[in-house]
Amino acid sequence: MSGSFTTTTARNIFYGGTLFFLLVFLALTFQNEEIIPKRDRREMLAANPQIAEGKKLWETNNCIGCHTLLGEGAYFAPELGNVVVRLGSKEAVKAFIQGRPAEGIPGRRSMPQFNFSDKDLDAIADFLEYVSKIDASKWPPNIQG
Amino acid sequence: MQYKSQAVAKPYFVAALALFVAQILFGLVMGLQYVVGDFLFPAIPFNVARMVHTNALIVWLLMGFMGAAYYLVPEESETELHSPKLAIALFWIFLVAAGLTVVGYLTVPYATLAKMTGNDLLPTMGREFLEQPLLTKVGIVVVALAFLFNISMTILKGRKTAINTVLLIGLWGLAIMFLFSFYNPDNVVKDKFYWWWVVHLWVEGVWELILGSILAFVLIKITGVDREVIEKWLYVIITLTLVTGIIGTGHHYYWIGTPEYWQIWGSIFSALEPIPFFAMTLFAFNMVNRRRREHPNKAATLWALGTGVMSFLGAGVWGFLHTLAPVNFYTHGTQITAAHGHMAFYGAYVMVVLTIISYAMPLMRGRAANSNKAQVVEMWGFWLMTVSIVFITLFLTGAGILQVWLQRISDNPMPFMVAQEQANLFYWMREWTGVAFLVGLVVYLASFFIKGEEKATA
Repeated sequence: MSGSFTTTTARNIFYGGTLFFLLVFLALTFQNEEIIPKRDRREMLAANPQIAEGKKLWETNNCIGCHTLLGEGAYFAPELGNVVVRLGSKEAVKAFIQGRPAEGIPGRRSMPQFNFSDKDLDAIADFLEYVSKIDASKWPPNIQG
Repeated sequence: MQYKSQAVAKPYFVAALALFVAQILFGLVMGLQYVVGDFLFPAIPFNVARMVHTNALIVWLLMGFMGAAYYLVPEESETELHSPKLAIALFWIFLVAAGLTVVGYLTVPYATLAKMTGNDLLPTMGREFLEQPLLTKVGIVVVALAFLFNISMTILKGRKTAINTVLLIGLWGLAIMFLFSFYNPDNVVKDKFYWWWVVHLWVEGVWELILGSILAFVLIKITGVDREVIEKWLYVIITLTLVTGIIGTGHHYYWIGTPEYWQIWGSIFSALEPIPFFAMTLFAFNMVNRRRREHPNKAATLWALGTGVMSFLGAGVWGFLHTLAPVNFYTHGTQITAAHGHMAFYGAYVMVVLTIISYAMPLMRGRAANSNKAQVVEMWGFWLMTVSIVFITLFLTGAGILQVWLQRISDNPMPFMVAQEQANLFYWMREWTGVAFLVGLVVYLASFFIKGEEKATA
């Protein structure tokens, strides 16, 4: 690297190149915002305020610390983006959460007993059902997540 | 040490290493929970151990970056730090905030912590890596801004070099992108989309600028190669980083409800992301081969070369393995991701912080380099930790391939937990390799306490 390719040239390419690709990224983001209303099921959120409540419960109990949601999170426990489909119904999901023994299952990975109220359980199940309806380009590959 | 105020870096480095120990201990707890599921349950459930493991990592790397900035900015700018007192005050604020946060994670249920710390005012908690209570997040912003003020003022009144300019851009980018952690819409697709503006644009974006400038600084010092040459390399590397890395964010947008064009943009640009890391490897080796002096600190040279190699392997090669959309369809959210995460963080960010610590700590303790005996022990620490992380990565990759096959590809896909049990052998091997890593860390730390005859050359 000598001759006409000086540090100043390199610096200018850095600023120019970064700015150009940043603008392309922002254009893609703008396009993204245009398209996602067709995929993110926002109409469900608008129709049922319990879903937002469920998301908050999902967050304040740190579910992502063990599970994945649409593949993102920790890899210690099953994917939950499609859990309503996998277990068959919202009722089954609620029963599973409710049925966790407080002291865990000897020798096995165990989910804590969160002592949720019925209202909380409904909200969580509604939230998980909403996530299962998001158009995630046919992911996961099969029902096992 | 050329400027008195550079010494403020020392407490940052010491605290960084203490948090590193905490990170590894909780990593071992989690590793054991993978195979002995009820270990410490329900006192420390997996999610709590994981928060401590990942948050301690983030905080100690930030401590390391800040220490690196305080050490190298006065020397590059050829002037004393704007305010050493502010730097020390911020150190204590940051350390106490981090300590209280960890105590919060470990002593009260997370939902209670959220209630106590005002999460209802502005819900930001409970998202991966951004689990910190609102108060802690605000504290991070305040500390970051005051830190940036201090560093910016120093650079403004002194010499502007490529190294301190690139470092400053990286640090400002770090602070600005963190602001997206306060944006948490109910819409899961939007939440995930902008969450990556913190996570991806940190580790595959602005943090690489910080990494590049720290590495360039140390290479100038230990090789004596012309600044002109090194700075040109630095600009080329960070150009490649941002040209590929910004749109490379798209490789996280395949399966979260975002449009399908991201599969093309994300695959192409993120497939190019290994290039800047390869350039970094060439850079480190080229500069060391063309060295004009024999610096007595051989250990620092080893860390610098190690950063080049391991960041390319961990971030570059292991990232490429699962970055193309058709591959990622099967590997998304499996142990493959965990394998990549471990080697990438160690190879890029852990190693560059240990590089600057290795170079700067002896100088702050009044010598050009540690005794030969101490350096030999430090290099043992280097090899034990580095070889361990390679094997941790290989075992997690093995577990990941098995998981993908059993759970997603085979004719009769197994449920998650059934497939996990099939991978137990890999998890056990990972855990024992984790113990070897801890031994390496203890050996590394012991090297700080070894005396022996010192090199007098200043």
